[in-house]
Amino acid sequence: MDTPTADHVAIEFRNVSYGLNGGTEVLHNLNMDIRRGETLVLLGRSGSGKTTTLKLINHLLAATEGEIRVDGRALREWDVIRLRRMTGYVIQEAGLFPHYTVERNIGLVPKIEGWPAERIRNRVQELLQLVGLEPRIGSRYPRELSGGQRQRVGVARALAVDPPFLLMDEPFGALDPLTRVELQREFLALQKRLQKTVVFVTHDLREALLLGSRIALLEAGRLVAVHTKPEFMASQDPLVMAYKQAFDAGLGEHS
Amino acid sequence: MNLWQFMLQNHVEVFELTLEHLWLVAMSTGLAVLAGIPLGILVTRQPWLNKPILGGANIIQTIPSLALFGFLLPAPWIGARADRLAILALMLYALLPLIRNTYAGIKGVDPAVIEAGRGMGLTDRQLLLQVELPLALGVIIAGVRVATVISVGLATIAAAIGAGGLGEYIFRGLAMVNNSVILAGAIPAALMALAADVGLGWLEKKLSPH
Repeated sequence: MDTPTADHVAIEFRNVSYGLNGGTEVLHNLNMDIRRGETLVLLGRSGSGKTTTLKLINHLLAATEGEIRVDGRALREWDVIRLRRMTGYVIQEAGLFPHYTVERNIGLVPKIEGWPAERIRNRVQELLQLVGLEPRIGSRYPRELSGGQRQRVGVARALAVDPPFLLMDEPFGALDPLTRVELQREFLALQKRLQKTVVFVTHDLREALLLGSRIALLEAGRLVAVHTKPEFMASQDPLVMAYKQAFDAGLGEHS
Repeated sequence: MNLWQFMLQNHVEVFELTLEHLWLVAMSTGLAVLAGIPLGILVTRQPWLNKPILGGANIIQTIPSLALFGFLLPAPWIGARADRLAILALMLYALLPLIRNTYAGIKGVDPAVIEAGRGMGLTDRQLLLQVELPLALGVIIAGVRVATVISVGLATIAAAIGAGGLGEYIFRGLAMVNNSVILAGAIPAALMALAADVGLGWLEKKLSPH
């Protein structure tokens, strides 16, 4: 039966591996729990398997071994489309539909979910406000927006039907440093209000420490450790040490 | 008798042949659109069909048009009337640019946009209709444009099998060694090709997402 903590676990990875057709293993034997309402940061260098881990959750990739459970149910028992609609997905450069206005981009999932037009319109306005955009931006096309605005629209679109999960793949990676800091702060404020279960991919330790409730460090397809911030800062693990050294200059004030 | 006198005197016939020509082009291109776009979509979904379908359409292009008319002659129902035969042959020629452009247009959609759509929970059908086809539309229309212009030219040869159209004047003029008669067929056909090119070019620009 359920363990006492089962209620707090939103997403579980049990012995999950992912290999390419040629046999190259991108992810090896991953075991990890993601708790309800936390922001779990997947940290690692390029090719460490963090994006792969993320895409296994919304089944853009299928695990070759092991089992992933969302809300206590194995992924294969889920209707994939349903699962994805209750899992907001934000990627770098936002991936907005260039032929749709901001309003239609944000309102697409509500629309295919059959919401009435009036409700969609109100929801879009509400979301634009939530991510700090002016209402009149709704009639613009993505190409008419700045990078920061596009990313905000991406977040608004992911939140459209108020999904309990949010997957974010280096959402602020392509932004200039000032805009980036601005969006990170807003994300923190937003997350405080919304309490979504967020999985956030980044290679930036500073971002990980700022946004994450816990940090999962990945290296070459293996999970090194899942740490809270204090644990991470205190860890003597050589890989964690290497990461801290690489970001040394900016971390003085954290310790 | 010079060209203008000939066209003035025969303006009713010029008009009729132009209409016949338009009919051949419109029917064949229309049918090619109906067949070619689904085939192009199919090729993006089933990559193993890429070689047989595009290869087949390529081979058709290499058959000389007169020979293709001849090949199709024994076909039941089709072979019974010259205009059916011409429309089928012209449609087969128009297939390649349509299949290829549909395929290229869909493949050219930014993968990040497709992934975002998939990640949001769009079904395959929604992804195709809401994202892939609208974003590929400019390239697909470019294919229709190429197919139409080629078709206007090729349709003149349909007169050789008695399917009518402006080719009538070209063949008659050749037989009579009369340049005015040849030009009475060639000039309206050229104008038609130009008009199709400009019109569809405008549409292509208007429907391209960027």
